[in-house]
Amino acid sequence: MKPEDIIKPENKVYSRPRLLNDVNTHYCPGCSHGVVHKLVAELLEEMGVEDKAIGIAPVGCAVFAYNYIDIDWIEAAHGRAPALATAASRLNPECLVFTYQGDGDLAAIGTAETIHAANRGENITIIFINNGIYGMTGGQMAPTTLLGMKTATTPYGRNSELNGYPLAITDLLARLDGTCYVTRQAVHTPAAVRKTKAAIKKAFTNSLEKRGTSIVEIVSTCNSGWKLTPAQSNQWMVEHMFEKYPLGDLKNVEHKA
Amino acid sequence: MKGNEAIAHAAIRYGADGYFGYPITPQSEVLETLAELKPWETTGMVVLQAESEVAAINMVYGGAATGKAVMTSSSSPGVSLKQEGISYLAASELPALIVNVMRGGPGLGTIQPSQADYFQATKGGGHGDYHLIVLSPATVQEMTDFVALGFDLSFKYRTPAMILADGIVGQMMEKVVLPPQRPRRTEAEIREQCPWAVTGRGSRAHGNVVTSLELDSAKMEENNLRFQQTYRTIEENEVRFQEYFTDDAEYLIVAFGSVARICLKAIEEARAKGVKIGLLRPITLWPFPKAEVRRLAEQVKGILTVELNAGQMIEDVRLAAGEAAPVAHFGRMGGIVPNPGEVLEALKENFSVNI
Repeated sequence: MKPEDIIKPENKVYSRPRLLNDVNTHYCPGCSHGVVHKLVAELLEEMGVEDKAIGIAPVGCAVFAYNYIDIDWIEAAHGRAPALATAASRLNPECLVFTYQGDGDLAAIGTAETIHAANRGENITIIFINNGIYGMTGGQMAPTTLLGMKTATTPYGRNSELNGYPLAITDLLARLDGTCYVTRQAVHTPAAVRKTKAAIKKAFTNSLEKRGTSIVEIVSTCNSGWKLTPAQSNQWMVEHMFEKYPLGDLKNVEHKA
Repeated sequence: MKGNEAIAHAAIRYGADGYFGYPITPQSEVLETLAELKPWETTGMVVLQAESEVAAINMVYGGAATGKAVMTSSSSPGVSLKQEGISYLAASELPALIVNVMRGGPGLGTIQPSQADYFQATKGGGHGDYHLIVLSPATVQEMTDFVALGFDLSFKYRTPAMILADGIVGQMMEKVVLPPQRPRRTEAEIREQCPWAVTGRGSRAHGNVVTSLELDSAKMEENNLRFQQTYRTIEENEVRFQEYFTDDAEYLIVAFGSVARICLKAIEEARAKGVKIGLLRPITLWPFPKAEVRRLAEQVKGILTVELNAGQMIEDVRLAAGEAAPVAHFGRMGGIVPNPGEVLEALKENFSVNI
């Protein structure tokens, strides 16, 4: 008996999104990236926009996003995704342009590009994975690393005198006239996943309707970097990250100013 | 009009899709002229003042990846900042046009004209093994014409091209014949001519990816070998130069950009006194006219390179000339422009020419 004999299409309640390539990912087990990738792939398919979507991949763990979601992608230099997205969007106004960036990419080396793209009100969606650490390079301090949090470059814990304070950059972005939708979500529970999906859908819709810049921050786990199990990571995120980065909409208006 | 203004007019008339820039003296007129001409209302060309030089070149990278004809312009300190994006453009095999209206450095230096970015422009500039096609205009007409030439070459070879102008050509006013207006390419033409472009999948079965990343060393070396093959093809086919009085020349001056015009004046003065000097003006600084330098080196008794720097192109001239002729350098720096008399003095000093 083959699997096809048992698994009949009419009985299937869930399957891999068509746009998600059938390949092994390089993400660690328990990492939030996989869930968010799946949501992006599902939404592009459900909204029927995969043929006019342009994704901008960052430098960091999501650098290979283009290997996993079968749409057109440009791989940016570290932090520059919003600059690429600006040009891609302005030169191709019929396309849905989104960036997918981590905290180091968006809130450290790419702070200027992020703030100015949002301040110009570029009609793009920024998906921002905030796990408080540099995953790809081996767990160094990120701008969003919490005080006291141990990383490869803050082995004794982040110290505000030495390293400054965790940067809630989304709070800043919400105050800019160019943004129309700024929200902070997570993907640690089925309910949170559904909320995040709705948030990304709203952001994509805003971009298609030229309402201004939409930013979906997703407070995420990095169990390898945090040196915790996936389950412990989720718990640690709820207990520590959400205090500095509380979930919910920071801004939700019809149109940029 | 000014050379910088000519760049702006030529870009619109070429049918360029986008310009992304940042103000810096002595090239701000490019962005200012584009803003005044409002091409977004006529051809649909996008013009944007970026928040930084880094953002501007990365906008060029993003736009180029979608198959559009996009450009930026800046001056020396700004072009240093752009090197990241230029390296990515070269590595991702993207066409783009970059204009550098050079000023004196290093550092913030001076806003006066210079040619001290020759090394940066012709040897790569950013990280990794790559070359740009580098065009050197000596007149405002060439500022105009090299916009189309630069775009065409960069699309032909899928590699970025640079117009390496000096502050004199950027600021100087001359009469110029502008080319006729060409239409911007349509979306369908871009999809057909640039099958690699990120335009949204459309009817393609799978997504296109523009990236410079390749972690498999064997594949990365393959990429590098492909880039090098392109550079060899460019070297074979795209060398451009101009010569004056070289047929009977006993001495040769090699100079590029506005300095070549000063040298030509010096040569005319010398010839009036019976001294046979010729001028070779490289138009492509990369690919460099190596074979022509070599040919002339066999003919003349000495070669003088004249540059607004401490001696940069002289290295390429020496490499090409080999032992065939002695090569000397004369240059002024920091925004000082030599006069024809100084050029002749340098010839006298280096080669004991009796002028």
